[in-house]
Amino acid sequence: MLKLPIGATERWLIFVILVMGAALGVLTHTFLTLPNLFDLLNASSVDIIFGVGLLVVLIAGGIDISFAVAASVVQYLTALTLQAMGGGDWALGILLAGAFGAALGCFNAFWIYQFRIVSIVVTIATYNLFFGLLMFFSGGVSLYDLPDWLTTRIPVVSIETTNGRAEITILVIVMILCVAATWTLLQRTSTGRQLYAMGDNVEGARRIGVSLGAMHYLAYGWLGLMAGIAGLMQAHYAEEVVPNALYGRELNVLAAVVLGGARLGGGRGSILGVVLGIILVGMTQNGLNLLGISPYAFKMIIGAIILVAITLSSEGVGKLIGSLRAPRTRRMAQ
Amino acid sequence: MTTQTISPDRDRRIARLVDPEIANLLGLLVLVCLVFSVTATGFLSETTFVSVAFQLPELGLLTLAMLMPIISGGFNLAITFTANLSGLAMAAVLHSFGGADAGAFAIVLGIAAALATGALVGWLMGVIIATTGAHPILVSLSMMIFVRGLGEFLTHGGDISGTPNAVQAIGQGTVLGVPAPILVFAGAVLLWHVVMSRTRLGFATRMIGSNLEATRYSGISTRRALTLIYTLSGLMCGLAGIVMLARFNSVRVGHGEAYVLITVLACFLGGVDPFGGFGRVLPVAIALVILQVIASGLNLLGANQHLATALWGAFLLLIMVVRSIWTSRFLQILFARR
Repeated sequence: MLKLPIGATERWLIFVILVMGAALGVLTHTFLTLPNLFDLLNASSVDIIFGVGLLVVLIAGGIDISFAVAASVVQYLTALTLQAMGGGDWALGILLAGAFGAALGCFNAFWIYQFRIVSIVVTIATYNLFFGLLMFFSGGVSLYDLPDWLTTRIPVVSIETTNGRAEITILVIVMILCVAATWTLLQRTSTGRQLYAMGDNVEGARRIGVSLGAMHYLAYGWLGLMAGIAGLMQAHYAEEVVPNALYGRELNVLAAVVLGGARLGGGRGSILGVVLGIILVGMTQNGLNLLGISPYAFKMIIGAIILVAITLSSEGVGKLIGSLRAPRTRRMAQ
Repeated sequence: MTTQTISPDRDRRIARLVDPEIANLLGLLVLVCLVFSVTATGFLSETTFVSVAFQLPELGLLTLAMLMPIISGGFNLAITFTANLSGLAMAAVLHSFGGADAGAFAIVLGIAAALATGALVGWLMGVIIATTGAHPILVSLSMMIFVRGLGEFLTHGGDISGTPNAVQAIGQGTVLGVPAPILVFAGAVLLWHVVMSRTRLGFATRMIGSNLEATRYSGISTRRALTLIYTLSGLMCGLAGIVMLARFNSVRVGHGEAYVLITVLACFLGGVDPFGGFGRVLPVAIALVILQVIASGLNLLGANQHLATALWGAFLLLIMVVRSIWTSRFLQILFARR
């Protein structure tokens, strides 16, 4: 299955990232410094964990917009459970967060699979259900009283430079583990190939013996697991649990993942694309910041970039260049 | 006009009178009213129904904006922010003509600006969806991020307030005792009903929702139809933006953000097929009334705002489950007969 490790979208993204990095390096003297680049990596880690989880659902042919809110719920539940258990440690924290997250993911899968409801509708519903219940029961109150192990920064690589200390923290390590696990699932197991098959053609996959139910629970459960871990890492990064801290994050992650070449409708997408897409968006934000552009313009610029990217995406360009290949059927429904 | 029944006219008229879908929804409406009149004191009063009539239109217009894309098998997640941006355009025009003292010309110009803004956003979405074949959820999502960003950039997160009395009359006034916004909404429902049931575009919309490729091969310009669907959707957002501006006398980006859920809810409660292809305007309008009555009832009961959000989510799941069970039962009966 390894014909070419890097696809066209990924090559294009790498090119844009390099050009943008060079431009920012010339325009600002802080961008190309080790502390800034490491900060960028640390800050993007949570989104990358979300992103690889979401990728699995997109490949399986679904969509989920509830995961960021689910992560907030997981943060809250984990923090409260750890408090009740009197502390705990990293292993217990990740185990709890992952379990809560996977349970919420399976909750989505239950409605989508058992009742054949369109995934966007289910996740719009659970998005509001999760968020409403979280705000109702938490009263919108933030938790600052977290266990010490969760709030202490753990630098893994620490380099002293002329521009200050550059650190890579445990966030990046967890991110790399999540990316590696998802990559193994998608590329190195037959289950992963079944996910691609289901995303590409549900009926075809069913007829060759793919268990659609298992695949649904796996895909949404996996996203839930990743979202739970990402939620814990975000709490670690922010050193607090704020109920609406992740509110709205799903849109940025979704946009970045699609920027990385994943297709709504399923069957296509790569881990590398996700990582590159999120880094590109993170870099744009970081660059705009360093260039001193009004933060109010950030969303507009990022939205415009994504719109242009979609318009120029391979299918669109293929159409513009002309129908050299046999016309591909456009997928509209779902 | 496109579908023809062989049965005689009288049968058709009777069939239309006892349309089961509309009858079911009306029954549900009565039931909801009964439940709230028992549980919430002061529900069965004039004030409740007046407030429903004033609150319904903005939600209703946004639902109509969501309806056409859903029937065509797509989605428009950008509706609320498109409406905000349109309201912003109108407020900006009014502001440049002196805010609360703006004359009739400025008002007309402002309304035109709002409708044009909405239509432009919709058109852009439609063109991208139609020419690239990119997924409507994706296109409308990125359009939503862009439009929200643009609005926040222009207002810096604040609000623009101060409109002439004539504009406020659109949102708060009454005509012969009937709230003005409900008249606007009724007009929009009528327009959408005619578009969906009496025009080629309405027919094309349903056909695209059923099967895009087949529609294209049968000689309908799907590209033009899709562009038009999203342009009309944007236009309706513009109208919603005007009503919102008129009702609150101010516009803020992010107002009505939570409406997306309820518009989706109204469409599916109103019998629109979530996979596209089927759906009518009138049942959706009745479904809207039901939802607005529930919202007002919950308000009267003093329900927590966040709990209400959660309830809407649960309600959407419930409706989809009932629909799913309904259709699978229906299919079983159909197959058992064979």
